[in-house]
Amino acid sequence: MSRWLTQHAQAFSLALRKLAATPWNALSSIAAMGIAFSLPAGGYVLLENATALSSRIDSAPQLSLFLDPDAAKADVAQIESRLKEHPQVKSYEFVPKDKALARLKESAGVADVVESLGRNPLPDAFVVQAKSPSADVLEGLRKEMTGWPKAEYVQLDSAWAKRLEALLRVGRIAVLVLAALLAFALVTAIFNTIRLQILTQRDEIEVAKMVGATGGFIRRPFLYYGALQGLAGGTAAWGIVAAALWVLNGALGELGRLYAINIHLAHLSPGDSLSLFGFAAWLGWLGAWMSVGRHLSQVEPQ
Amino acid sequence: MISFSQVCKRYPGGHEALRNLAFTVQDREMVIVTGHSGAGKSTLLKLIAAIERPTSGTVIVNGQNVGAMRASAIPYLRRNLGLVFQDQKLLFDRTVLDNVLLPLQVTGHDRRDAGKRARAALDKVGLLARERSKPITLSGGEQQRLCIARAIVNRPSILLADEPTASLDAAYAGEIMEIFRSFNQVGVTVLIATHDESMVERLRPRVLHLDHGALGA
Ligand SMILES: Nc1ncnc2c1ncn2[C@@H]1O[C@H](COP(=O)(O)OP(=O)(O)O)[C@@H](O)[C@H]1O
Ligand SMILES: [Mg+2]
Repeated sequence: MSRWLTQHAQAFSLALRKLAATPWNALSSIAAMGIAFSLPAGGYVLLENATALSSRIDSAPQLSLFLDPDAAKADVAQIESRLKEHPQVKSYEFVPKDKALARLKESAGVADVVESLGRNPLPDAFVVQAKSPSADVLEGLRKEMTGWPKAEYVQLDSAWAKRLEALLRVGRIAVLVLAALLAFALVTAIFNTIRLQILTQRDEIEVAKMVGATGGFIRRPFLYYGALQGLAGGTAAWGIVAAALWVLNGALGELGRLYAINIHLAHLSPGDSLSLFGFAAWLGWLGAWMSVGRHLSQVEPQ
Repeated sequence: MISFSQVCKRYPGGHEALRNLAFTVQDREMVIVTGHSGAGKSTLLKLIAAIERPTSGTVIVNGQNVGAMRASAIPYLRRNLGLVFQDQKLLFDRTVLDNVLLPLQVTGHDRRDAGKRARAALDKVGLLARERSKPITLSGGEQQRLCIARAIVNRPSILLADEPTASLDAAYAGEIMEIFRSFNQVGVTVLIATHDESMVERLRPRVLHLDHGALGA
């Protein structure tokens, strides 16, 4: 067991020394990998933030029915009775214009704007919960209500959330495709790096085989090297995303102060960060493993 | 013990390097394989170390059929062999001591113990004073002795040397042969391939004479 550990420690430190022996080569390929991987990682981070944002928004099947500003009490009563009897309506709430204005004043930032208006610009409205979340039913309901007397405008509140959801799905696929392509590129890059290393260390490998080195002993430093390089690339990607978020959050903070809203983009969660590091290390290991399997057998003592 | 029976070796291309070879080398024996250039001396040693495999016949080393050995078992065979081969590769990017340490790292020796052993091996070939030098600064004879130190540091039971005195002048060659004799005297089986007949006169060992791949009288 301790011999096994010693051999792994030796292979690991050998791989580290190899990286350190050509620091500029190592740094430039790590930077290239980091930049490449920061694209899908950054895309993923933005998607996660957008998803978190969209889930904060109530996605219940809800419509807002805004009345004509000149609608009378009787008109309101008529619409209310229609809603009461409608088989697709689960519940509804009447929001008179005064209450709407009061709510608006409560939300931070806009109070001053509202105050400066002088008179209430808001219409009376009904907030309607439909029984079915189906998009078709909601759309039918919206069309029907739009035709009611004194109904000025009916808005499907979940529509934009749905559109966002669809957009996020496309975004996720794009990130996946990008990640897969770059993963392939990384594996290829490590494959070639290791091939070159094997070529330049021909003598050493031959001698090691002559004195009884096992396949594992010879493979190990290359595998560690690949994994380390992949890990370093993943870490660089993480750092690049962190830096980009820092800059973006600075800008968003500025914007937020102007509109009195609070938007903060979060970095990868600890779990996702670990996954990134693990995946990058695994890719490096895979590239090295494929290269070693392909090229080591060609080096035999003569 | 090394035992060949009905061993033939045909290289790809059709050239028959060894023909129907049969002989046995006992433990602690010292044997010199002689013969003209191209007689098959190197091929014979390579079969013992599983660098080449016989086309037919069996090669038994320490009770193991080397010709039919799985690739994963070959490293463990080689740890019992000390190989001093032609165009021997010293690693010029590291010190004399590190060259000798390599076989011990391969077998996973404890670091401190490995250092002691490597210095003892260098001492036996008279290179202890040069442990920190780079091999490139050694003379031809010293480089050959370094190869020997590397071959014996794992305390192999069998030492195989292919033309160990080629390109050395007579004085150096004599030193090298003395080193081999001293190992043989402490119980190591030694097989040396050489076309240099003066070795035979000096050591009076058992001789296997190869002529076009076959054993002569
Ligand atoms: N790898 C090889 N491929 C083809 N022929 C070889 C190879 N190695 C040796 N031979 C041939 O086998 C014969 C014996 O070679 P070798 O064992 O090196 O002889 P020696 O060491 O006695 O000079 C020679 O004719 C040589 O050309
Ligand atoms: Mg030869």
